[in-house]
Amino acid sequence: MRAAMTRRQRSVDVVVVGAGPAGLAAARGLAGHGVGVVEVLEREAVAGGVPRHCHHRGFGRWGVTGPQYAARVVEAALGSGARVRTGVTATGWAGPLTLETTGPHGLERIAARAVVLATGARERPRSARLVPGTRPAGVLTTGELQQAVHLYGQRVGTRAVVVGAEPVGYAALSALRRAGVTVAALTTEEPRHQLGLAWAAAARLGHGVPVLTGATVAELLGGGRVSGVRLRHRDGRLTTVDCDTVVFTGDFVPDHELARRGGVALDPGTRGPAVDGAFRTGAEGVFAVGNVLHAVEPALWAAREGALAADAVRGFLDGSGPAAGGPAIEVAAPLRWVAPNRAVPQVPVEGFVLRTSEALTRPVLVVTQDGRRLHRQYVPRRALPHRTLRLAGRWTGKVDAAGGPVRITVSGLGGGIFGAAAK
Amino acid sequence: MTVTTKGPLSPRGQMSSRPYDVAVVGAGVVGAAIARELARHPHLRIALVEASGDVGDGTSKANTAILHTGFDAVPGSLESRLVGEGQRLLAAYAAESGIPVEPVGALLVAWDDAQLDALPGLLEKAGRNGYGAARIIDADETRAREPHLGPGALGALDVPGESIICPWTTTLAYATQAVRSGVDLHLNTRVETVSPEGGDHLLATSRGALRARFLVNAAGLNADVLDRLVLGRGDFTVTPRRGQLIVFDELARDLVRHILLPVPTALGKGVLVAPTVYGNVLLGPTAEDLDDKAATGTTADGLDGLLSKGRRILPALVDEEVTAVYAGLRAATEHDDYRIRCHEERRYVTVGGIRSTGLTASMAIAAYVAGLIAEADPGLDLKEPVEPAPVHMPNLGEAFPRPYQRADLIATDPAYGTIVCHCERVTRGEIRDALISTIPPASLEGLRRRTRARGGRCQGFYCGAAVRALHEGRGE
Ligand SMILES: Cc1cc2nc3c(=O)[nH]c(=O)nc-3n(C[C@H](O)[C@H](O)[C@H](O)COP(=O)(O)OP(=O)(O)OC[C@H]3O[C@@H](n4cnc5c(N)ncnc54)[C@H](O)[C@@H]3O)c2cc1C
Ligand SMILES: Cc1cc2nc3c(=O)[nH]c(=O)nc-3n(C[C@H](O)[C@H](O)[C@H](O)COP(=O)(O)OP(=O)(O)OC[C@H]3O[C@@H](n4cnc5c(N)ncnc54)[C@H](O)[C@@H]3O)c2cc1C
Repeated sequence: MRAAMTRRQRSVDVVVVGAGPAGLAAARGLAGHGVGVVEVLEREAVAGGVPRHCHHRGFGRWGVTGPQYAARVVEAALGSGARVRTGVTATGWAGPLTLETTGPHGLERIAARAVVLATGARERPRSARLVPGTRPAGVLTTGELQQAVHLYGQRVGTRAVVVGAEPVGYAALSALRRAGVTVAALTTEEPRHQLGLAWAAAARLGHGVPVLTGATVAELLGGGRVSGVRLRHRDGRLTTVDCDTVVFTGDFVPDHELARRGGVALDPGTRGPAVDGAFRTGAEGVFAVGNVLHAVEPALWAAREGALAADAVRGFLDGSGPAAGGPAIEVAAPLRWVAPNRAVPQVPVEGFVLRTSEALTRPVLVVTQDGRRLHRQYVPRRALPHRTLRLAGRWTGKVDAAGGPVRITVSGLGGGIFGAAAK
Repeated sequence: MTVTTKGPLSPRGQMSSRPYDVAVVGAGVVGAAIARELARHPHLRIALVEASGDVGDGTSKANTAILHTGFDAVPGSLESRLVGEGQRLLAAYAAESGIPVEPVGALLVAWDDAQLDALPGLLEKAGRNGYGAARIIDADETRAREPHLGPGALGALDVPGESIICPWTTTLAYATQAVRSGVDLHLNTRVETVSPEGGDHLLATSRGALRARFLVNAAGLNADVLDRLVLGRGDFTVTPRRGQLIVFDELARDLVRHILLPVPTALGKGVLVAPTVYGNVLLGPTAEDLDDKAATGTTADGLDGLLSKGRRILPALVDEEVTAVYAGLRAATEHDDYRIRCHEERRYVTVGGIRSTGLTASMAIAAYVAGLIAEADPGLDLKEPVEPAPVHMPNLGEAFPRPYQRADLIATDPAYGTIVCHCERVTRGEIRDALISTIPPASLEGLRRRTRARGGRCQGFYCGAAVRALHEGRGE
């Protein structure tokens, strides 16, 4: 093929795909420890990942704004000696550890000794949520909204409905405010919002925004431009909220295309690559970090994974890493997923992140393997859907590498399920 | 080259200027094909008049994108003939114009005894429609050819000639070639009334008056309304039949190899699963008779129904992410065939009832209509058509190299190596080209149909604002 012949062939030590907090932290941990040529590929014109367009505060240890945080992680990666190439997309694989790329300078085929996937996560748009109705303009996700407002200074609309009251809904609220858009309502299907008390209060009081819980978007209305949303309330009642803008927030899904195209096995719960505590995927030499593993956690967590993965990649490159392969870690309802989701006894895990599909009051998490209890942990607070639930990692040494799957369940002790009717 | 989008059609004082020889109302795939066909007579002054701000913005943008063989048409009908001819004409035209087509073939999968029993009749009908390549295959062969089918497939009718095509590029190619050959395309121009004036048609439109010697009605869902405006009576009524569809992620493409058509039985038509030339998988359509010709919305019931049928046909499909949902309206009438009528004394042709095969039949319909006009109005002198200069459309299909994969193109212009829409891998060069093309897009939706930008799984999460900026800055 003509196109194939004109691909420039190159070799590096490690390729990191994605210059968000996770990928940049991985690159820094590799280049900073003398791992030869570390190249980060970033398809956007500017490195930094999602924080680039999150102008609100709350990033990193000091709670700086997204762009400030992004600038810091980019600088740290560059300072370590990693190469960060923007405007370059990894489009697919030419072999197990060989990526094909497209950029303004042409096509390349880059062979590496290890590959780190840090491709992040996106919000599900209206279509993927199967919201019925017309297909009007003015319907967007927080990601698009933030870029429109903060990166391009585009006009957005005059009156918006924000769907989903996860914390990211607050980011949407603040971008809308910046754009001078009135927020008609924040709606969520959940029986209660998940903004956190302070944010909810800010939404209601500071912005005068009504928070409608237990409301599903039944239909989008409007011809050329959206004219309103029809909401179905828990009692079956239908109401219409007029608006010219609808922002669908949250409902994140990993950007796993490159992983799947490379035959990297996914975890059925997260739909991201299945990894062990060393961030090793099922494909030898391919690692994955950040929100592609779990959609989504804060940037600091993603960056921490990047740094830990760098150690693991170095172990792999010098042959000192533990053997791979171990049982899957599964969760039982109402838990939805856990990451990492492969257990290798020799690999310590700092901590696991989980999600529940129902609110749980002070749940007790129980870890078993083949009927044997490995760990039991009391969570001294309420666990909410779409919010991080953490589990300690110290039990992984007890896993039988040759045993059956490890299971995480919620024991009824200490709380039970927080029903929709409560409060 | 004339494409107008605003302002009066005939500035004051110019009403006495020469009227158009032919006005075609409706720039869907059918009207655009007719305009292109008539443009092969360079001495004609032709207007293509469209209510919307873009060509192909009605039913022609929202179908299942199959280039049919016509194997299951009503034998002996006009539709059967024009679908068969149109398929050959369009396949050849697509190859020379760069319209993506993939000859994937179709399987009509039988899921119960009634459907299995219907296959021999369908095979025989295919023969009567002049299609000889179909054959019945057993359950084992069916499964071998579609390994991801759900349990219970009993056999299938194999129709190797069915293909998938890009409907957006098709309409755009016709309209582009027509405009480049001298047709005046008037967008945002809704025909409101038609009256006779001095032997011509006087069209009162939302942008003022337009005169034409001969009138072609290709108004799709509105063809019956326009018919009544011209004739004072109508001989058919359009009942919109809605088809809702779900588009699945490109990562689902490997689950299906053929177009999986339902077996029509007395109990109604099922839904199909088909790959698209963009690498997605379609599930649908529903069939709902409505009154409202603007009801292109989707419904919860419609989508639920599709998912439950899809789960039976290809269980793994419904676990994949959904990229888009949409609905199109078929221009169904009380008749079983196309309603193409020439009213010679009025110098008027109606092209009505082009329900569910109009994309495939478009070029044959156009040739047929040109024949009717030639006969009805010898004064227009349609005897010797010339070949128009060929068009080369930007490739939107996955089966052919796209700019982001072409080192040669990127070497000449780095904009083709600058990916803006990441999910669909659309480059800045392609977006710029679309914005300065013969018929530039009026909206982001129009840009999507020309480039695929914003049409992928993220629906703008990553690139929406960037694409909008390029659109508003016209590519700069
Ligand atoms: C609206 C919103 C608000 C948020 N608010 C906060 C907050 O207040 N505090 C906080 O801590 N966190 C917040 N987060 C989460 C935070 O942004 C993420 O945790 C962090 O960005 C995850 O980093 P990452 O590196 O995994 O992914 P990302 O930041 O998503 O980076 C992935 C990168 O990979 C690139 N990429 C993907 N595929 C390819 C490819 N094939 N080739 C080349 N490059 C590719 C992408 O372009 C992207 O730059 C917020 C997120 C959102 C969406
Ligand atoms: C769900 C579905 C699936 C289908 N699948 C296939 C398939 O797989 N293969 C296939 O070959 N066909 C298929 N079809 C059929 C095909 O899409 C149609 O036959 C074809 O698009 C009809 O084209 P048209 O130009 O007649 O109509 P339209 O595309 O509707 O064009 C008519 C145009 O006329 C304009 N107009 C109307 N009134 C006025 C006025 N007063 N003044 C000015 N302009 C006016 C409208 O704005 C419109 O743009 C399908 C249809 C549907 C709905």
